Amino acid sequence: MPAPLIEINEVYKSYRREHLEIPVLEKISLTVAAGEFLALMGPSGSGKTTLLNLIAGIDRPDRGTIRIGGIEIGSLGESDLARWRSRHIGFIFQLYNLIPVLTAVENVELPLLLTPLSKKQRREHAELALNVVGLSDRMRHYPRQLSGGQEQRVGIARAIVTDPTLLVADEPTGDLDKTSARDVMDLLSRLNKDFSKTIVMVTHDPRAAEQARTVRHLDKGTLI
Amino acid sequence: MMIAIPISYSLRNLWTRRLTTVLTAGGIALVIFVFSAVLMLAYGLEKTLVATGSDDNAIVIRKGSQSEMMSLIDRTAANVIRSQPEIAADPDGKPRAAAEAIVLISMPKRGTGQEAHVQTRGIAPESLAMRPQVKLLAGRLFRPGLSEVIVGAAAERRFEGIGLGRTIRFAMRDWTVVGVFAAEGSGFESEIWLDSDQLLQAFRRPVFSSMTVRLSSPSGFPPLKLRLEGDPRFNLEVKREKAFYADQSAMMAGFIRVLGLFVTVIFSLGAMIGAMITMYAAVANRTTEIGTLRALGFPRRSILLAFLIESLFLSLLGGGAGLVLASLLQNMTVSTTNFATFSELAFRFALSPAIALESLAFALVMGFLGGFLPAVRAARQNILQSLRAV
Repeated sequence: MPAPLIEINEVYKSYRREHLEIPVLEKISLTVAAGEFLALMGPSGSGKTTLLNLIAGIDRPDRGTIRIGGIEIGSLGESDLARWRSRHIGFIFQLYNLIPVLTAVENVELPLLLTPLSKKQRREHAELALNVVGLSDRMRHYPRQLSGGQEQRVGIARAIVTDPTLLVADEPTGDLDKTSARDVMDLLSRLNKDFSKTIVMVTHDPRAAEQARTVRHLDKGTLI
Repeated sequence: MMIAIPISYSLRNLWTRRLTTVLTAGGIALVIFVFSAVLMLAYGLEKTLVATGSDDNAIVIRKGSQSEMMSLIDRTAANVIRSQPEIAADPDGKPRAAAEAIVLISMPKRGTGQEAHVQTRGIAPESLAMRPQVKLLAGRLFRPGLSEVIVGAAAERRFEGIGLGRTIRFAMRDWTVVGVFAAEGSGFESEIWLDSDQLLQAFRRPVFSSMTVRLSSPSGFPPLKLRLEGDPRFNLEVKREKAFYADQSAMMAGFIRVLGLFVTVIFSLGAMIGAMITMYAAVANRTTEIGTLRALGFPRRSILLAFLIESLFLSLLGGGAGLVLASLLQNMTVSTTNFATFSELAFRFALSPAIALESLAFALVMGFLGGFLPAVRAARQNILQSLRAV
């Protein structure tokens, strides 16, 4: 049994809307092993994206601890947390979130600007990542010149280019047609199997969840 | 370590919204056009008047006179001045000192027909040798003892009926224009020149206005000044010719600058608000992008810098365009009444490297002030809220 990469211990999270406090996550405890491919499922408002954001370090729990690779991320200051994200987290967004004025290869290169790599090394890494997602022939294309499936593959290349500890994917197939969705899921599955990438994915799509090794369901803020 | 989002990101965003960029930069360009035009006008005036003076010449006037026109030098004083040891001698051994008389005459301006003052200078035979920048363009020099005049090229262009061969009437006499002269764009070009004896006779004046002397060496100036100004018989003031003319331009150039800069600073508020609105809109349109960059690990200061750079480029673009437009003004000659002499003076807009730098710096200040608050807003956005704003 590999050591757990993610250890979530009794995490609570609520949001304030005007004067109301709305609990989103209640007493969540979860461990995820390195090399795992976990799918989080659940109805809208069940708190799965909130949990993903906490794991990714772009949100903080109200109570409880989240340790990733042995680091208690709740204790990091804002700029340390940003640095931690750039090293350990690869983001895959539902709407790809590519920068429209940058080409595919420039988008993929973006996270590498936060590393000490030289310009040449950055370009090589970015080209390699685009190669892995099968888009070597689309490097100089702008996002608007790509299909949705291609855009998401550029998004995945951007997520893996820094070789992060963990990939977090929020509805990665949510905006794609069936064929593109299958391609993207095949790619994620391959990254998990061939490259031993740990992936945490939020999805509504049962077909997408099938590709994961483990599926956990959330309902009204609790894991079931 | 400063982690910079590539400059191309800022530039391409400007290119992507070309129309807004052009309109905003256009506003800044107009301000910079006015700003640099004002500075060019003041500088052109200074340049014209300073060029009127020469380093080797000193001018003697009555103490306290703002201009030659207000000054009086009688013949006794003129003789004393002529005999000073610091004054250079010509090959014949005569001192290089020219007593000159200035009067203002009224002439109709070309185009409008409105009367304006022309400075008329009665010169001595030595005057021309002391002002090597003066060259005849057409015709010949006036002959002493005759009612003949030569006119400066700028005066000829701006006043009616004073061309070569024409007759002009003043001091109840008819004078024939026998020559037109240039003086390297200096203030002399706006004058009419004639024999000083003729001028004094015609206007029934017993005294000169000023005396210009050439020094044998520039170091002769301090003792000459000390001696003449200390002479209790007269009430004289000695100035370097260049300083004298620079002083004449100071008030007018200062007035142009203060008024012009006041107006441009008010204008610039408008352009700055324009840049601010554009940058706020850019920040609002790119909320998700900002959230993405922050999620990827870019710190707030990188976002701040990226938007600030965008705004600075925008203003630099406008500043450059405004400056190019203003530089076209260099071909234009304008004329105004010089406050110091009450006579018409023609000069050109003149651009200097300092003016170009000041204009671009002013544009950058506008870009910085206009872009700072929007950039702060971009940098302060909450990651989660930015990512949700689709």
